[in-house]
Amino acid sequence: MWNFPLFPDRASTLASSVDILFFTWLALAGVVSLAVAVLIVFFSIKYRAGSAASRVMAPQRVRTRRNHLIEAAWIFIPVAVFFTMFAWAASLYYEHSTPPADAMNVYVVGKQWMWKIEHAGGQREIDELHVPAGRPVHLVMTSQDVIHDFSMPVFRIKQDVLPGRYTTLWFTATKTGDYHLFCSQYCGTDHARMIGHVVIMAPAAFEAWLARGNAAETMAARGAARFRQYGCSGCHGADASVHAPHLEGVYGRPVQLEGGGSVIADERYLHDSVMLPRKEIVAGYAPIMPSFQGQIAEEDLVDIVEYIKSLKSAPDGTVR
Amino acid sequence: MTTAAMPVPRPYLDAGFSLWSWLSSVDHKRIAILYAVSITLFFFIGGAAATVIRMELITPAGDLVSAETYNKLFTMHGVIMVWFFLIPSIPSTLGNFLVPLMIGARDLAFPRLNLASWYLYILGGLFTVGALIAGGVDTGWTFYTPFSTMFSNTHVIAAAAGVFIVGFSSILTGLNFIVTIHKMRAPGMTWFRLPLFIWSMYASSIIFVLATPVLAMTLFLIAIERFFGVGVFDPALGGDPLLFQHLFWFYSHPAVYVMILPAMGVASEIITCFARKAVFAYRSMAFAVLAIAVVGFLVWGHHMFVSGQSIYAGTVFSILTFIVAIPSAIKVFNWTATLYKGRISFHAPMLYTLGFIGLFTIGGMTGLFLASLALDMHLHDTYFVVAHFHYIMVGGAVMAFLGGIHFWWPKITGRMYSDSWARFAAILVFFGFNLTFFPQFILGYLGMPRRYHEYPPEFQVLNVLSSAGASILAIGYLLPLCYLFWSLRYGARAGPNPWRAKGLEWQTSSPPPTENFGATPVVTEAPYAYADAAGG
Repeated sequence: MWNFPLFPDRASTLASSVDILFFTWLALAGVVSLAVAVLIVFFSIKYRAGSAASRVMAPQRVRTRRNHLIEAAWIFIPVAVFFTMFAWAASLYYEHSTPPADAMNVYVVGKQWMWKIEHAGGQREIDELHVPAGRPVHLVMTSQDVIHDFSMPVFRIKQDVLPGRYTTLWFTATKTGDYHLFCSQYCGTDHARMIGHVVIMAPAAFEAWLARGNAAETMAARGAARFRQYGCSGCHGADASVHAPHLEGVYGRPVQLEGGGSVIADERYLHDSVMLPRKEIVAGYAPIMPSFQGQIAEEDLVDIVEYIKSLKSAPDGTVR
Repeated sequence: MTTAAMPVPRPYLDAGFSLWSWLSSVDHKRIAILYAVSITLFFFIGGAAATVIRMELITPAGDLVSAETYNKLFTMHGVIMVWFFLIPSIPSTLGNFLVPLMIGARDLAFPRLNLASWYLYILGGLFTVGALIAGGVDTGWTFYTPFSTMFSNTHVIAAAAGVFIVGFSSILTGLNFIVTIHKMRAPGMTWFRLPLFIWSMYASSIIFVLATPVLAMTLFLIAIERFFGVGVFDPALGGDPLLFQHLFWFYSHPAVYVMILPAMGVASEIITCFARKAVFAYRSMAFAVLAIAVVGFLVWGHHMFVSGQSIYAGTVFSILTFIVAIPSAIKVFNWTATLYKGRISFHAPMLYTLGFIGLFTIGGMTGLFLASLALDMHLHDTYFVVAHFHYIMVGGAVMAFLGGIHFWWPKITGRMYSDSWARFAAILVFFGFNLTFFPQFILGYLGMPRRYHEYPPEFQVLNVLSSAGASILAIGYLLPLCYLFWSLRYGARAGPNPWRAKGLEWQTSSPPPTENFGATPVVTEAPYAYADAAGG
């Protein structure tokens, strides 16, 4: 009990930038609070009732002018400081909003009250996230029920995990160790037990961990089986007679939509096309696909998404 | 300011002694007392919930109450403190009592509506207490969907109905204040002669009237989804869970300003009185409260930086949040400057107010930490947020409320309380408060999430400090109850103006007669014309 930290460990490339921002704010807040406190105490003593301090003021005209200057100063100085801090924090946030292209994908499904995590190689874990140090990791997250939040203080990041859509987080771990993983969005009775570990490993140790993992097959292979099981292949398969978009090579490409516009076929698009097929209809196709909402668990759907991602382009290189 | 000589007035307290004479009174001063009694009751119910929460958190294991009970406790603490104490606290008690007195009116514009507001408040309270007795609610005061609509098995609808009803009480009070301030000012009481307390009531009333209906609609949509399974918020039914958060915070962020603006008004009155000096930069103080009320409507998305909201929306909400902090900063500087060359005395109301300025400054500054996008990714939904808003709500609003109660107590009751005891309580509250909530900033940066029934053992020391502070705070809150009650019987007679304060409310007797003034006062000078201060 007496071994208690006052400051969290840092284990990501982002963490020190966030800490510098935090310490700058601490300094600013400290200076302002201290200035206010010192002035209040100083005035309270000097101008206490009955003290001999002079209360003679400058003539009204001089005073009005001076007061306007003082007011202008404490409007414009805070404005300048606030805008600087805003821009700094926003640019750090923007820098961090797009994951690097070579990031390793890991899928996270939250449900009351556990985290189910699946690696591309098919390794599954519950309430634990094993990641290698030094390599960007991109988490694609969704919830099976209510809103959760995947929070890793040691990386200084968190993100709400929503039912019915994908949200993402990414980080590059820098230091090996075993750290806290929290659910930070209140999600019901055992919210405080929806906790776990982020285990950061040296790259070689991580490879070894993956190799001895419990994966009988990769996510894509598992997804291929689901693809048949849920009947997706009946329409989207190579020899299907139904007029449905082919999925080879679709991932990462722009898709023309009915009614104009286009979207990049990312994980979110693939997810929504299964759960909410009428939301974004591919140009040239009739909206005949049924929704799989309530039919398919999110943890199965991530396998299918990974399977679709694994499908290579059609021989002629086009996406139909 | 002049007031014609009054015939021997009968104090409003003597207008009737039966329970019915209180329950049927349309006198704004008596209704203020009805509110004061009811919100005090709710404050101690909410405080009891907080006490059990802090006791549970003394140990890392969840061993005092079950997780389910813990969740119900923090939900009731939040619901009761926000809607049944903080939001009505200053407007419904001090505001009700003082708005007509300060502008030289006989009563509010709609006295019966005023009484109806109180009955709505009580009806809403009954629903909420009913939900509590029936077994409680476990959604958190924020009622986030789809948990509240499709997953919680507790009495969500009863609690939401209580909040829905009490919202109408707020709307009617706001309406009453707006009309009264526009139409019933005494001759010579121009807009820029209004006390800053009136400006703060006006700004709060605008928020009451414009924001509260959105809360009502949102709670109604929750009921529709829960009862009829209409998909509004739950994606499994085709709804959007973030829509709820937008609607909820569109109300609830302005509601935060409804809690703090009146506190700012109280602070302005007390500081000028005990510094014997006009407030520094009166007009910028008045415009600042209006600016906070208006811009406060545009910052709700800062509760949603990590919710999955677009990063561009996040950017806009971040910068607007920095902008809304500017008028607050101006007010803090102006209060401090008001002390310069004053003749300052340190009665209990002044101690509460100086404490308010310090705690509000810390609360406000830490709000900017949270408005910083990259920093919020780490701090969101941690104890840092809990500490921040308690500095504003408890350190700010409750300190100012207590300051105001102590300041106007002689006017309301006609009696003086023991100043030494009151000063002791003010100091106790200040230290107890800081010990309770300062460690929570550190816990938050360490990453401890809020609403946790149990926690990792390395957070224990800071949690124990916080609980220890809470026990001091509890004594600090119970003390005024004792000496204020004592003063009702044994306190010295206050006389019309024990603080030698300016403002029309001090021109009439204490307690004031039912009709407030013997003759309509005529205002001939600027507010806060303290002649014995600098240069005078």
